[in-house]
Amino acid sequence: MAKLSGLQRDVLALYRQCLRAARAKPAETRKNFEDFTRKEFREHIHLNKKDFSTIEYMLRRGNRQLEIYADPGITNISR
Amino acid sequence: MASTRALARLATRRTAVPAVWTRSFASVEPASPSRSTISETKTSTVKEPAPQKDAKIKTFHVYRWNPDEPTSKPRMQSYTLDLNKTGPMMLDALIRIKNETDPTLTFRRSCREGICGSCAMNIDGVNTLACLCRIPTDTTKESRIYPLPHTYVVKDLVPDLTNFYKQYRSIKPYLQRDTPPPDGRENRQSKAERKKLDGLYECILCACCSTSCPSYWWNQEEYLGPAVLLQSYRWIADSRDERTAERKDALNNSMSLYRCHTIMNCSRTCPKGLNPGLAIAEIKKSMAFT
Repeated sequence: MAKLSGLQRDVLALYRQCLRAARAKPAETRKNFEDFTRKEFREHIHLNKKDFSTIEYMLRRGNRQLEIYADPGITNISR
Repeated sequence: MASTRALARLATRRTAVPAVWTRSFASVEPASPSRSTISETKTSTVKEPAPQKDAKIKTFHVYRWNPDEPTSKPRMQSYTLDLNKTGPMMLDALIRIKNETDPTLTFRRSCREGICGSCAMNIDGVNTLACLCRIPTDTTKESRIYPLPHTYVVKDLVPDLTNFYKQYRSIKPYLQRDTPPPDGRENRQSKAERKKLDGLYECILCACCSTSCPSYWWNQEEYLGPAVLLQSYRWIADSRDERTAERKDALNNSMSLYRCHTIMNCSRTCPKGLNPGLAIAEIKKSMAFT
């Protein structure tokens, strides 16, 4: 696999963190969280990899969403 | 009479329409024969006044960016307004643009009198509150409106102040005391002690000063910035607070306080006329002589 840039590693790290956070959720709704994570990342998979400002913005948005959804009070997610 | 009619209407409706519709108590009634309305063909029309000949048309360039299309670049959109029909302040112009020409324009506003600090933005190169900034009447000059500089933009003119509020929380902006008040009721202050808080307590945390400070631009994560330091000094100077030493201790590192290089953009830009630069100098002074 080709060597990844710092930004690419950041994106992958966020993806990992999201899936790990999903593991802390109750077993019956875990799949919803995983599907949501995958869907959110898939949606923007076609971003140009040189479009740094957009990727950085999406990273910030993703980190904030993760912070919110990782709260133990949130037990399910629809969609 | 009217109420019984409405109740009767409800009673008849309940059987026929879905449950949500039965709540339409305040809906407009179809004209009943007893009280018919005059048809619009028989009444006069209230016309909007024709554009005046001496209209003062001014152009506003407004920063626009929509987070729903993250790949799109931010752009400057131009709007023209007749100043004769617009209120005197920049906020009036923005509200008028939003109401009449472009409802997608997004900005924060609340009190329209400079007490809430919501409408802080960069107008003609100066951070200020849109509600306290007069529209320059010179129509040949165009006004440019941006969000606060060096902040992440949420949408259009709305900056992301999460970091700013987090820093504000970090200075513990509340009274910290271990001993109960001597008379068991209030923590009293002399007039001279109260006077020390003048020029500090008026700060509304609009973030105009912090985002105008070059030092804060480069070290947002660690340097607290003028607004938060002003608040910090407000609690250090408070005679009723008993944790002054700890408060000073928390600032005693190279980043939190000493990134202030007395550039004084903060005092120059403050829309409330306060002097954060002086407050920071007072903190430095009190730390130097203890």
